[in-house]
Amino acid sequence: MDKLDMELLNFLQNSFPVESRPFITLGNQLGITEEEVIGRIGVLKENGYIRRIGGIFNSAKLGYFSTLCAMKVPENRMMEVVEVINRYNSVTHNYVRNHTINLWFTLIVSSEEKMKAILEDIKFKTKIDEILNLRAVKVFKVKTVFNMVEV
Amino acid sequence: LLSQLDKNIIRKLQDELPLIPEPYKAIAEDLGITEGVLLERVKELQKEGILRRLGAILHHRKAGYDANAMVVWVVPDEKILNAGEIMSSFTQVSHCYQRVASPGWPYNMFIMVHAKTKQECEEIVCKIADATQVYEYEFLYSTDEKKKSSMKYFMED
Repeated sequence: MDKLDMELLNFLQNSFPVESRPFITLGNQLGITEEEVIGRIGVLKENGYIRRIGGIFNSAKLGYFSTLCAMKVPENRMMEVVEVINRYNSVTHNYVRNHTINLWFTLIVSSEEKMKAILEDIKFKTKIDEILNLRAVKVFKVKTVFNMVEV
Repeated sequence: LLSQLDKNIIRKLQDELPLIPEPYKAIAEDLGITEGVLLERVKELQKEGILRRLGAILHHRKAGYDANAMVVWVVPDEKILNAGEIMSSFTQVSHCYQRVASPGWPYNMFIMVHAKTKQECEEIVCKIADATQVYEYEFLYSTDEKKKSSMKYFMED
């Protein structure tokens, strides 16, 4: 990872060109060829710096809404419970956190009914009756761009 | 309302953009449209704010952000707007949501803080507490990432 890679990552996050030959434009900004841009991106992906190159959508504008859910899972049951929860496409994030309420996941769904059905299904399959369902009231900020920092 | 074509485009863009000289052309061919039409629709989706961002999504730990904390706050109703704006103004805060409180869960404001170290995270949170005058908060550090994926729209469970 050199300075050029860092600049490339910043460009790739902030302004991926919507035009026929996007990698030429990126290359021009960095003073390298299209081929080198593609090569470097390939390496950055292989090394795990880039998770994906693609679109991030506004779920509300697509008729979806998201909610944050949390539950208390006994340590010895964590694996099986995680397995049940991760199986849903609607579950996008799932983290163990250092709190008595220790499993936190987000759910993105297209309807209230769907949300209820999934939560009921999770309760039934895990035999854990209590799931906190922390619906968003107001979104103040969502930022998904990380400027590369010197490491 | 979204057209079938827009939904098809969204299904493609939520996937991996092909790493080839003409990625849009390849997608357009898959969808049976011209590259020109695709580029125009993508720009339109961006303009309407439906496509929030197109580009690279990083593993932020790899980007040098090793400490990632969720911080939850009890903010009195009359302070919510002000506190939300102040918290959002910190560059290290990536997400700031007001959420419903619940019996046994009094916290109604949630932020994600990203920094290089835990200590740095904690310093930022102290600053936020002073700036908002909200002192009832708790840190929840992730100890294990079990799933992190991008939502796949129009592909229901």
